[in-house]
Amino acid sequence: MTDDQEPESTVDDLTPEVGAATDVAPLGRAETKPAHELTAAEDSDPVDWSRVTQMPEFRAMVRAKLRFIIPAVIFFVVYYFALPVLVGYAPGLMSKKIFGVINIAYLFALSQFFMAWIIAVLYLRAAARFDKMEHTVVEKAASELGSQRENKE
Amino acid sequence: MTMALAMFLFFVGITLLITYWAARRTSGASAFFAANRQIKGWQNGFAVAGDYMSAASFLGIAGIIAFQGYDGFMYSVGWLVAYLTVLLIVAEPLRNAGKYTMADVLAYRLSARPVRAMASLSTITVSIFYMIAQMVGAGALVALLLKNSGISYHTAVIGVGVLMIVYVVFGGMLATTWVQIIKAMLLMGGTILLSILVLAHFGFSFANFFNAIGHVVYHEKGVEVVKDFLQPGLRFKPPYGALDLISLGMALIFGTAGLPHILVRFYTVPDAKTARISVVWAMGLIGTFYILTTFLGFGAATIVGRDKIATSGGTNMSAPLLAQSLGGDFFFAFIAAIAFATILAVVAGLTISASTSFAHDFYTNVIHRGTERKPGEEVRVARVTAFVVGAVAMAVAILLGPNANVAFLVALAFAVAASANLPVIVLSLFWKRFTTRGAVFGLGTGLVASILLIIIGPSIMGVDAPGATAAAHLIQSPPIFPLENPGLLSIPLGFVGAVLGTLLGREPAAEAKYDELLVRASTGIGAEKAGGH
Repeated sequence: MTDDQEPESTVDDLTPEVGAATDVAPLGRAETKPAHELTAAEDSDPVDWSRVTQMPEFRAMVRAKLRFIIPAVIFFVVYYFALPVLVGYAPGLMSKKIFGVINIAYLFALSQFFMAWIIAVLYLRAAARFDKMEHTVVEKAASELGSQRENKE
Repeated sequence: MTMALAMFLFFVGITLLITYWAARRTSGASAFFAANRQIKGWQNGFAVAGDYMSAASFLGIAGIIAFQGYDGFMYSVGWLVAYLTVLLIVAEPLRNAGKYTMADVLAYRLSARPVRAMASLSTITVSIFYMIAQMVGAGALVALLLKNSGISYHTAVIGVGVLMIVYVVFGGMLATTWVQIIKAMLLMGGTILLSILVLAHFGFSFANFFNAIGHVVYHEKGVEVVKDFLQPGLRFKPPYGALDLISLGMALIFGTAGLPHILVRFYTVPDAKTARISVVWAMGLIGTFYILTTFLGFGAATIVGRDKIATSGGTNMSAPLLAQSLGGDFFFAFIAAIAFATILAVVAGLTISASTSFAHDFYTNVIHRGTERKPGEEVRVARVTAFVVGAVAMAVAILLGPNANVAFLVALAFAVAASANLPVIVLSLFWKRFTTRGAVFGLGTGLVASILLIIIGPSIMGVDAPGATAAAHLIQSPPIFPLENPGLLSIPLGFVGAVLGTLLGREPAAEAKYDELLVRASTGIGAEKAGGH
């Protein structure tokens, strides 16, 4: 039902513990065990994380994300704080009227909403590209792991 | 004003039906804490918007604009822009690498017990302060809106408290989410309707509307004044006005992405992509709402007038009075009912985030080192916590009474979220060298700095005007820190604490796990899946 509930282990459960010292005899060998002798614990790590981070596809994806996110964050932070700074320290300029009573201050404040929406939409479009790159990374990671396991045998 | 009460009870009835429906579908931890991760993108967008837009936004900002014009509108801008931080930095990595709480991401590669204990403390602090502010607001609202219905402040506080406990205890995250969705729909509907009525009042002419804003007439100390309400400077005055606004902006921009009740929402969707889409939905709703505060606030200033609002309940009554003068008693009742629904939904969201953090972070992971002794124990603890948290909030709200000045509690909640939570979330995701000590120092410094600066600031310290009826300041002496919002100082302090703590020593285990966190947070490999049904 849910994957959150660990099965209870009680003392009267006599099932041998997987991965315990008694599970597979090392037979005094120094070299790595053949695949069929690996304990469940030794064989369980499904992903070699450092190898994934070194894949060119993964690095390209992270770079592409940062190339969008860092400039976007700098831009919106500067654009947003320009509003209180200008209104606070250049009230004369901000009070200049453009149409009728509508002044620069009001237009600038209103523009903040559209700035936020535009960045959000641009990010959605960029993220569709990131999703494709992510898909490649996940597939490649899965196939590399397959080959990694074959190499062990 | 029994009409408002009837409409509100109708809303309560619907939400209780939802709770009954949700309770039958909620079994297991993933269902209780994260609605089985099956909420759709648009639904979560409405739920995020519902969790975020409190009565302070609806009644408070309309009131600030009605009284202080442009400055109030400028104040409302930050509430939307803040979501860019959520969208670009936090939402997707959080969904990919976490399970139920913000601390899941922090504890991913750091030492779980100290980090979770601090994160849980900060989450519960934010939630309870925010909740008390909302409940005092709810009680005070009743006194204004339901004057002749025989409902007292105490009844209102207890009613809100009991309802939020019922939603959370029986319906878990699924019920809480749907309460938010319905509330957000009502709030948007009411705001759009009210805005159209304001425009209709001016013959659907923006020129007429803005001309009226340029010449708002009211009385100040018995003298008639005509002011241009689009002119800045009515609220934020020298010497500290601009700095206070910048400080508030920092708390919003960096705090929203650290608000526990917003962050837990991203665990209710199936994957990071849906989390992203839901933030964009929320931004559409929140942005529309805050743009429309132009009509609500300036509409109240021009159509109702400052003089009348001041004599019939004060700033918070601006939007309801506007509704009354444009749509009569029925519309007044409708808007009043929406205001209650808003408060109720927000406190329910806060309750579930506080109890999730206590049960998952503190009880299971700190006290019992990550193992559930009996199946379902975590959910049971969360339900008990919801009772306790609700009872504490009710008791404090009743002790404080309807006239307490609680606006600073919301400022405090945002300041803690921005100064304690956000620095450690960002550093743990993006800085390989980050350590457990850094996280504990960062959370601690941010939390303590925010609380201390609020205590020595003008919200708590100050000298009441002679002859004031209610004590406005808890400490009668001039404030030591001049700003109402501590963000300007406390956010850098939070970052400095986190960085200094990290530089004190190295943590090879945490560095070794960074690759794993990076891959999982940025690709979603191994992320929590949506549950059955």
